[in-house]
Amino acid sequence: MEHAIIVRELRKRYKHVNAVDGISFNVPSGGTCALLGGNGAGKTTTLSILLGLLLPTSGEVRILGTDVIRHRHAVLPSMNFTSPYVDLPHRLTVAQNLDVYARLYGIRRRRERLREVARTFDLDEIWQRKYGSLSAGQKTRVSLAKSLINEPRVLLMDEPTASLDPASADRVRGWLSDYQRRTGATVLLASHNMFEVERLCDDVVMLRTGRIVDRGTPASLLQRYGRSNLEEVFIDIARGDERQAEGAAR
Amino acid sequence: MIGASRRVLALIVRYLYLMQSSWPRLLELAYWPTVQMILWGLISKFLVGQGNWLAEASGLLIAAVLLWDVLFRAQLGVALPFFEEMYSRNLGNLFVSPLRPIELILALLVISMLRTLIGVGAAAGLAILLYEYSIFDLGLPLLAFFVNLIVMGWSIGLMVVAMVLRWGLGAEGLAWAIIFAFAPLSGIYYPISTLPDWLQGIALSLPSAHVFEGMRATMQEHHFSADHFWAAVGLNVTYLGLGVGVLLLGFHIARKRGLLLQMGE
Repeated sequence: MEHAIIVRELRKRYKHVNAVDGISFNVPSGGTCALLGGNGAGKTTTLSILLGLLLPTSGEVRILGTDVIRHRHAVLPSMNFTSPYVDLPHRLTVAQNLDVYARLYGIRRRRERLREVARTFDLDEIWQRKYGSLSAGQKTRVSLAKSLINEPRVLLMDEPTASLDPASADRVRGWLSDYQRRTGATVLLASHNMFEVERLCDDVVMLRTGRIVDRGTPASLLQRYGRSNLEEVFIDIARGDERQAEGAAR
Repeated sequence: MIGASRRVLALIVRYLYLMQSSWPRLLELAYWPTVQMILWGLISKFLVGQGNWLAEASGLLIAAVLLWDVLFRAQLGVALPFFEEMYSRNLGNLFVSPLRPIELILALLVISMLRTLIGVGAAAGLAILLYEYSIFDLGLPLLAFFVNLIVMGWSIGLMVVAMVLRWGLGAEGLAWAIIFAFAPLSGIYYPISTLPDWLQGIALSLPSAHVFEGMRATMQEHHFSADHFWAAVGLNVTYLGLGVGVLLLGFHIARKRGLLLQMGE
């Protein structure tokens, strides 16, 4: 099976902390994988390394066969990213923001593509509004439109539905599923939202303090932990961490 | 190559959209150069009326003010558009796009050029209207002075951006303050020979000191000083190389420390 994302023995050490501690995983082409874990588990650090925003201490990352650490610019045109923690310029309109990113990604027939994303993400009504004046839900739609503007073969998402109401979050998940079905893109997402992970992902990597503590399909994890949903599995793993800490203290 | 120029153009378009959406930003570009020019124009007019030495070279102060502003605006023109990306927390999106750091630098330089031309151009136009003084009478030497000052401004601006990249927007004040450390040494309003001997050597290591010496030679002695011109060019090549190098190193350190996603106020 061809893998769109290959991560080998990835480590990121800041002065006294191992943010990512020797993790390895693959995501097959067309697959959807979730990085799941509590705060400080290493999800965002891993995504940042995969995007080339952060240099690892050691290890290897290949995306679409390219060594991202050394040659990230060769693969960046085929990737994109969305995160509620990264914004777009507030004073530019939605149209202007997306136009700038369409130019940056070298989109051919730019106007046509912009009309297409406006239609897909229901942006027509807010097309000429400044990004800074939008609600959280509207901003997420624009951000998602930006992340799909180049029809990426690999899409990385950091908490794609954070701060959205359930209805908006559901629409976002729908758009994402449609896109993936249509293009066969590979998606890696970091999330706290267990329902989202269960609905979207066919593979889950559970992280704790920078290490992979478990991995499998949502169904296999539920079975292994004897739980009815991933939230309970997540809590089991987090409590395991607390018990480990208590044991060390004794 | 086509891809690179397209991405540089994308950032220029992004900045033009910003200017278009905010008239105070556009006004601000011309405001300070104009105020400075009016103030120094009046002082110059007064001194000339006193039969002072300055009467021999009327317009010397206005020319000095306008050229100094080229340096100041060029430096701000590099730093402020980069800060805009930090204010809007857009750096993460930019750096996961195919945009390369060197293309970002090129875009900042072009934007700086546009900002400087708008700001100083407006002030220079007003100087013609208010004082019947046209800096364009300097002819070709003006182009030499302009290019040297704008390149020095770029070099300082790139280093300011590198510092802000390293220390965050807490270091933003440097963008406004740092240029004034060069003012006393640049001999904007007086010859370098006015400085103590030990400072003159330091002053002449700045391209701006050669430009202002050259400006006085052109206006007072009516000859273009090729020595000062080439000295400024040589120094600028070194400083610009240093500025680009420091900023590229800044990007590398930011990637090592994970600063690109955390940037903000």
